[in-house]
Amino acid sequence: MRREFSGLTASFDHAKNHFQLFGIEQTFHVDTAQLEDLFRALQAQVHPDRSAHLTDAEQRIAMQRSTLVNEAYQTLKSPIRRARYLLLLQGVDTQEETNTAMPFDFLMAQMEWREAVSDAARARDVEALEQLEATMKVNTRELETQLAVKIDDEHDYEFAAGLVRKLRFMEKLAEEINSAYDELDS
Amino acid sequence: MALLQISEPGFSTAPHQHRLAVGIDLGTTNSLVATVRNSISVVLSDEHGRSMLPSVVRYATDGSVTVGEPAQALQSDDPVNTIVSVKRFMGRGLADVGDTSRLPYRFVEATEPGGMVQLRTVAGIKSPVEISAEILKVLRVRAESSLGGELIGAVITVPAYFDDAQRQATKDAAKLAGLNVLRLLNEPTAAAIAYGLDNAAEGVYAVYDLGGGTFDISILRLSRGVFEVLAANGDSALGGDDFDQRIHCWLLEKNQLSALNPKDTRLLLTLARTAKEQLTEHDQTRITAVLSTGELIDNVLTAAEFQALSQNLIQRTLQPLRRALRDAKLSVADVKGVVMVGGATRMPQVQLAVGEFFGQTPLTNLDPDKVVALGAAMQANLLAGNRTGDDWLLLDVIPLSLGLETMGGLAEKIIPRNSTIPTARAQEFTTYKDGQTAMSLHVVQGERELVSDCRSLARFELRGIPAMVAGAARIRVTFQVDADGLLNVAAREMGCGVEASIVVKPSYGLSDAEITRMLQESTQHAQDDMVARALREQETEANQLLEAVQHALQIDGELLDPAQCALIESHMAVLRDALISGGQQEIKRAVLALNEATVSFAQARMDKSVSRALAGMNISDLETK
Repeated sequence: MRREFSGLTASFDHAKNHFQLFGIEQTFHVDTAQLEDLFRALQAQVHPDRSAHLTDAEQRIAMQRSTLVNEAYQTLKSPIRRARYLLLLQGVDTQEETNTAMPFDFLMAQMEWREAVSDAARARDVEALEQLEATMKVNTRELETQLAVKIDDEHDYEFAAGLVRKLRFMEKLAEEINSAYDELDS
Repeated sequence: MALLQISEPGFSTAPHQHRLAVGIDLGTTNSLVATVRNSISVVLSDEHGRSMLPSVVRYATDGSVTVGEPAQALQSDDPVNTIVSVKRFMGRGLADVGDTSRLPYRFVEATEPGGMVQLRTVAGIKSPVEISAEILKVLRVRAESSLGGELIGAVITVPAYFDDAQRQATKDAAKLAGLNVLRLLNEPTAAAIAYGLDNAAEGVYAVYDLGGGTFDISILRLSRGVFEVLAANGDSALGGDDFDQRIHCWLLEKNQLSALNPKDTRLLLTLARTAKEQLTEHDQTRITAVLSTGELIDNVLTAAEFQALSQNLIQRTLQPLRRALRDAKLSVADVKGVVMVGGATRMPQVQLAVGEFFGQTPLTNLDPDKVVALGAAMQANLLAGNRTGDDWLLLDVIPLSLGLETMGGLAEKIIPRNSTIPTARAQEFTTYKDGQTAMSLHVVQGERELVSDCRSLARFELRGIPAMVAGAARIRVTFQVDADGLLNVAAREMGCGVEASIVVKPSYGLSDAEITRMLQESTQHAQDDMVARALREQETEANQLLEAVQHALQIDGELLDPAQCALIESHMAVLRDALISGGQQEIKRAVLALNEATVSFAQARMDKSVSRALAGMNISDLETK
């Protein structure tokens, strides 16, 4: 009946990478306020609501373009996704699933944090969770600062890939803190 | 009316020609239609000046259909053929309806498995889509006679928590009613448009929408003509009706009544509703009634008592609120204003609790019954192409995560909740058996890790996958969610580019209670999920190992002496037992033991392959081992 779908076939600037689509420099450092403005300006042009009164074909193209702009924005907005994407453009795989060789002290800290999160959740200790979250954010920001140096200044992409792997750990930790908050709610 | 083909490319309508478009709030209890006239959004009334159309449809023996107040009047005389709250059945299967004996309808199982529930009336079997279409038709006729022309299209609102099946059913109903659907719009988002445009609001706003049967919370950022939904959450089985129920139960308790007949139940529920409304303005209200047994009811309910009765219902709305804020990565202090929508937000204790939560007085300077329709009309006017210059942009999200079932009954999330739509995500899957040529995919919606805890949306089969070794085929599945929040799925085998023909069979629609349960349980059982997930993964691994060893024994069993063979078989038996009765650890131990026991066998098989290859055997033969 419905939903015969043949995949994404729009040719809208598909040759351009996300940075080119937004017309910004291909660096880890981005001006987030500017990025947001550009996102809105791009969506204002391509969003399907702009062509809701046009033909099906035009609406479909709008949907594909708008999807691409959303995807690009999500990638550029998030530091870890942006770094991963930049490294991909440099031909460097971040090996987040396969490379598990992490510095011992980093892994120890991770384990301690995770234990602390589940302890705090069990004790229903919101303050402890908030403290952990703050620490996690500081550490995340430090890693991001290092990423900017390694990618933008030193062009040391292998080192940067290692930082992305560490950031992935922090991201998982953030997810755990989030579900701990959810548990406290219920 | 024919569906209008609106505009060909390159053909633009005359600049000053106003295109007639409406916004429709298709509610559980009441429905409304609104339009923009002379730049002002107005709700359209019927010939008696009534703007709210009760969402009630009655079918008569002669095949005639009545909608609205005349139908509502006959609700208790002809309950079987008078359908109220049909919105609850949209996109749902019979199993979702729950205890059918508590409802006065004659339900009919869908003609094909996975279809929507139907109702048997004197005028024949009717689907919820057809029944909803009757309501929409009345509103379309009202709009066309009021505006003096055919409509170019309509924006239909849906609860932000509506899933794919419910959205699709709503869209189908509109088409059936002869409406061209410009967009399905989330109800809180529609309210935000109406509020934001009228007040030139800028900043982060929360829309708290407590209707007759559903609760939605949306967090939006309003900035220079952009309405960006940051997060949506809700409880689609919580509404004003539950507050009536609380008063009803209080009455039963006060008067030491047990089971009442349906007529008395209806009577007390109606009185409960009146009492609730009275307490919005007064400190206390008196409830009097004579039951069919002759028993007299005479009680006084104070506002303070009602507040105590309803306290935990209100608390239940605060939980989705906290989650929405967290998903939006914002705190209460970031919220500039709280817009109240839905008749149930008139209750002082609701306003009080929401005000307390946000540390500010909620905005109640708009009509909570009409604001959704008014916002939908504004959006319809924009989508019809009537505006130029000061156009606004609306960016909405998908409220529940979408995923695919993977091995072991796990749900692999493809599109996380609160992703801005339209959005697409592709994921690669592979075959797990040699020579596998077909694969069935199961699309689910929800936040839990196990498929059985999520909502089944659709199942489809990929056929014609070229026969390859297990793990060699790469099947790329693309999920596309459009601006209506509707899902499209495409799949392609990457190696040879076979585009699998997909027939999506909608599964049973998701019940309100199920969404609520899923969301609540997703957090309550985060821990259980992890344990269950670990067990499923262990089971999958074990089954794959058993299959592989069995396969090897059939082909190369002669490489083993009887003792070795018996040892391997005994370990296999232990593992099979562990799978039936054991826990994760037990299975894990048995897997390790079987692996251990087959090391030398594997070595022997490899040696044999090598010698076979050296003997000039076909290399492709070797690769399949």
